[in-house]
Amino acid sequence: MTKQADVIQKEEKYYVATQWQLMRQKFVKHKLAMAGLVVLALLYTLGIFSDFFATQDYQKRNTRYINAPPQRIRFIDADGHFHLRPFVYGLTQEMDPETWRRTYVEDTSVIQPIRFFVRTDTYKFWGLFDANIRFMGVDEGPFFLFGTDGSGRDLFSRVMYATRISLTVGLVGVFLSFVLGCVFGGISGYYGGKIDMVIQRVIEFLLSIPTIPLWMALAAALPKDWETIQIYFAITIILSMVGWCSLARVVRGKLLEVKQKDFVIAAKLAGANDWQIITRHLLPSFMSYLIVSITLAIPNMIIGETALSFLGIGLRPPVVSWGVLLQDAQNVRTINLHPWLLIPAVFVVVAVLSFNFLGDGLRDAADPYK
Amino acid sequence: MGSYIFNRFCYMLISIVLMSVVAFIIIQLPPGDYLSSYIMQLQASGERVDPAQVESLRRQYGLDLPMYQRYFVWVKNMLRGDFGRSFDWNMPVRTLIASRIPMTVAVSLVTMLFTYLVAIPFGIYSAVKQYSIVDYIVTVLGFVGLAMPNFLLALFLMIFFQRVFGFSPGGLFSPEYLNAPWSFARFVDMLKHLPVPIIVIGASGMASLMRVMRSSLLDEIKMKYVTNARAKGLKERVLLFRYPVRVALNPILSSIGWMFPQILSGATITAIVLNLPTVGALMYRALLSQDMYLAGTCVLFLTVFTLVGTFISDILLVCADPRIRFD
Repeated sequence: MTKQADVIQKEEKYYVATQWQLMRQKFVKHKLAMAGLVVLALLYTLGIFSDFFATQDYQKRNTRYINAPPQRIRFIDADGHFHLRPFVYGLTQEMDPETWRRTYVEDTSVIQPIRFFVRTDTYKFWGLFDANIRFMGVDEGPFFLFGTDGSGRDLFSRVMYATRISLTVGLVGVFLSFVLGCVFGGISGYYGGKIDMVIQRVIEFLLSIPTIPLWMALAAALPKDWETIQIYFAITIILSMVGWCSLARVVRGKLLEVKQKDFVIAAKLAGANDWQIITRHLLPSFMSYLIVSITLAIPNMIIGETALSFLGIGLRPPVVSWGVLLQDAQNVRTINLHPWLLIPAVFVVVAVLSFNFLGDGLRDAADPYK
Repeated sequence: MGSYIFNRFCYMLISIVLMSVVAFIIIQLPPGDYLSSYIMQLQASGERVDPAQVESLRRQYGLDLPMYQRYFVWVKNMLRGDFGRSFDWNMPVRTLIASRIPMTVAVSLVTMLFTYLVAIPFGIYSAVKQYSIVDYIVTVLGFVGLAMPNFLLALFLMIFFQRVFGFSPGGLFSPEYLNAPWSFARFVDMLKHLPVPIIVIGASGMASLMRVMRSSLLDEIKMKYVTNARAKGLKERVLLFRYPVRVALNPILSSIGWMFPQILSGATITAIVLNLPTVGALMYRALLSQDMYLAGTCVLFLTVFTLVGTFISDILLVCADPRIRFD
């Protein structure tokens, strides 16, 4: 085949490709967005299977290892020998005779190889069925990849469970805002007139309220005796109360744009009812823009939840989220002593950044003809 | 123009009334009314509770009335300048809030000014020198600013300042100046403490503004009239600032409206972490101790401040660009 034919074939491919195919091609080219997608896929995997990835029960207090620093995963031991299987050294506790502060030193005589898919004590997978296999573990002795907190709880396992909670708060909250945004934005844009006017004013009002103070006030007013699951849903509802506004605006704007298009008038003339027009013809035509707005709304929800929990008025222990974990790192003194307590912050920043990159890539891809 | 300002003003008033309803609901949300908590607090501290005093307080705040009437009593009291009592501080809410208003307004306005002063030049620079090192740095910093929650940034900067400069930037004053009267030394001390909160509060707004400025200027530079002006031999600098920058500034100017809520929002959480003497931090303490009159009034104040700020900026905007009011 000649070069020219190659080019022609390529062009042809472009012209016969469907809109979704074009979008995918454009999205795949956006490197940052792809990186964001991969990282998020990884984080969600950790979150979904957090019971499996955690190395121990996240509430278990290891009283012998309070505020222990993270153990390093090593391949080369103190004598310079290379081990194919990664290992950690044992930990021994020492007490500073003057300050009474506990310090931990690596015990280079004890080598604990890390084993994968190990059998451990039984736990409830998703709280539903019994399981006893975890992703990583050592035969015996301490195994704290991210160190422990002030109660001797393993931070790595806690971060795994927190990932599940923090990432789903964003999803559930966005789902609620999505529903509200579509309904109100749809009504507003499709019918127009007085209803449109009222809904627009309400949205403007809600957007002019500073969100954090409002969230704080509502979250702090939740009854103290509520179950953790009730608190969880209440927080997501509070977060989505403002989130739906910008979505509704996107829906309305796009509706106004496509309402006048010929294919909608044709559908109307053919006798389609409102519901059919909205779901069959209007929604698909701006679905891509909705997906972009949703992707960019999730990180705001995650930041909101983290901030509220960090201040102690969001989710409460025993539920762990990134914000709840960061409560332990509230002052400079603690952070200077136990810097590993800031590890959950890294997860927050990485997750939020990935969502932003992903949203950026999707926004470019949403308009593939540009 | 006049009718626009009038409409806009009425709209602001309606918003404030709506917000007062929200604030009232917030005050009423926790179980039990404020008097019973007050009585409990008195009893806990071993004081005798005077039934006559309880009765008079009950009447003053209309606690025996149904909900909607209580709202009107509350509003009426507020218009007279009585915002209720904070039983946590054992002071009128009015005095508490009044002492913190100047700082709140000052911190927000300075942050706002700083945000625009930094965002606009850097946005212009990174658009003109697209794909230069500075552009990349600005882009990366912008993303970090967007992704980093305010309170984390505050924590990191606090650690950084303590390690590098050896002083803790918490609060607005060093301990020795905390209750001192205003003097030059106290002012200098405050200036030393201001950068951290301003950077923290402004970071996310600055990041998004820079991106808006960059992309709108990039769109504008590609226009034919720019090429035309360049072909006619206009100097690059004159050309840039006389035409494309002025057009590209429009979306920035109209962003003032949503910058206000964002900055107030950020200021609240930053104030809590950095322990600044603003209304936001006051509200946080009030919420934790369920001191609802104080908390509700704080929410109301913060919102009214935003609404008035947005109103003023909208008016200024119309003066600056007469096309905007038809949007």
